[in-house]
Amino acid sequence: MTRRIKENIIKYVLFLFALVSVLVLALIVFSLFREGLPIFQKVSLRDFLLGMEWYPTSEPPLFGIFPLIVGSFIVTFFSTLIAVPLGVLSAIYIAEIAPGSIKEILKSLIELLAGIPSVVLGFFGMFVVAPWLQETFDLPTGLNIINASVILAIMAIPTISSISEDALYAVSREFKEASYALGATKFETITRVIMPSALSGISTAVILGMSRAIGETMVVLMVAGGAAAIPESLFDSVRPMPASIAAEMGEAPYRGLHYQALFATGIVLFVLTLIFNLIADYVSHKFRQSGSATL
Amino acid sequence: MKWRYFRQHAFFGIVRLSALIIAAALGGLLFYIIVNGIGAISWDFITKPPTDSMTKGGIMPAIVGTIYLTVGAIAIGLPLGVVSAIYLTEYARQGRIIRIIKIGINCLAGVPSVVFGLFGLGFFVVFLKFGSSILAGSLTLGFLIMPTIIGAAEEALKAVPQTFREASLALGVSKWQTTLRIVLPAALPGILTGSILGIGRAAGETAPIMFTAAAYFTTKLPGSLFDEVMALPYHIYVLATAGTNIEQTRPLQYGTVLVLVALVLGIDLIAIVIRSYMRKQKRW
Repeated sequence: MTRRIKENIIKYVLFLFALVSVLVLALIVFSLFREGLPIFQKVSLRDFLLGMEWYPTSEPPLFGIFPLIVGSFIVTFFSTLIAVPLGVLSAIYIAEIAPGSIKEILKSLIELLAGIPSVVLGFFGMFVVAPWLQETFDLPTGLNIINASVILAIMAIPTISSISEDALYAVSREFKEASYALGATKFETITRVIMPSALSGISTAVILGMSRAIGETMVVLMVAGGAAAIPESLFDSVRPMPASIAAEMGEAPYRGLHYQALFATGIVLFVLTLIFNLIADYVSHKFRQSGSATL
Repeated sequence: MKWRYFRQHAFFGIVRLSALIIAAALGGLLFYIIVNGIGAISWDFITKPPTDSMTKGGIMPAIVGTIYLTVGAIAIGLPLGVVSAIYLTEYARQGRIIRIIKIGINCLAGVPSVVFGLFGLGFFVVFLKFGSSILAGSLTLGFLIMPTIIGAAEEALKAVPQTFREASLALGVSKWQTTLRIVLPAALPGILTGSILGIGRAAGETAPIMFTAAAYFTTKLPGSLFDEVMALPYHIYVLATAGTNIEQTRPLQYGTVLVLVALVLGIDLIAIVIRSYMRKQKRW
């Protein structure tokens, strides 16, 4: 009997450990709301989200984060535009076309790329890409949307590539064999059979890549320019939400309005990435290929 | 007929080009960092603290700070992560609770690092009153890398053949003993790889430590868990954007970048090598 009781106790202790992840998530929500919610006594939710002016240090302070939200979406959009073709095509290369040794090398390269710290990429963006942009396009500064999009794409590509790769591997052999048996070329098999059946996985990869781009802080902080205004061209500078939070937190007086507004921005960012992740989770489960009859 | 094959060659060309672009991006990045940074590297650079408002001297305190924070992060992330993974793979029954936990882990993995920074600030620094400290920074980083470790540990545990467990149970060994003595050791290399990748991540993150542990300049090395530290990623950021002598400290910036990249990529390479070695070694 003692053995049985001991085993049961262990099982419940392990269960508590596993709950830690959920607990941490709850604590994150708790801390964000505890420090950020008070701002909504001074500013209505509508004014906060849709207000066009972010001047937290003026008298009176204005806390409209719409330009910040727009900034986040724009850099995410353009970086996804660059990262998705590169990421998915390289996943196709690794999964279907590359010979053995090149496959291993490329996979390791992409993993290393994933490991480069974001601050290093931001550094690279500031001191290599920015001057180049400045000279080539005759701009006053090279810190803008294009710069941020390119660097963010570099960060998103490994995520998109490796998850797409897993999705492509998961396609069952019968599909490929049936396709070849019907006389299709490799290209036709890839585009008409393998990719459609891996679509849920590839979509998940893209959504998670976007989630990565929207949440990335150091890169946009160092490279997107910092103008809290709605941009008019690709060469304008923007200030995505994470950049604002990171840049201003150091100067915001403790528990002051600015501090609370930054936490509230954090809430918005958190909710956005949460939505992205929940959509990705839903897509990966709902549209999964499970059996040959569902293609 | 020829059109089909022409299309295929064109497509494959584009595909190969994509792979090449990515490889070239990495290569270019590394080349740039090494070429510009190697000039600043010397024994003094790594072992001495900075002087003359960061225009001369070394970055030793930042290296030490990064090491402390990383060790702290692993001390928290590894046990929590591995035990969670053990529960999820060995003990959990399929059902709503497990689904919620897995969704929770996935969502936690997706939380942006700056939001983790805010969490660390709001909870550890303010609410628990730890102040800006190694403790707060390590806890924040530890929870940041926990999902990574859980994922790797889960994969490693699932890869252990079911026959191991069955044989052990058939011999009358209890479930916990089976897990502890048979399954866990078999999964250890995979768990190790995952942890190493987690270490690499913790060492390179800036946003989580910006508000919870990092300081621009500390006069002496940290003496307790409650001290602030300098850290490599934060050092790079401040030198490059807010330092008082951005131009003069440039060589030091490049040197710091090289040190950080060498540290992180070195750690990642070790993990990759261990993993491919293990794959060839597998006896089952």
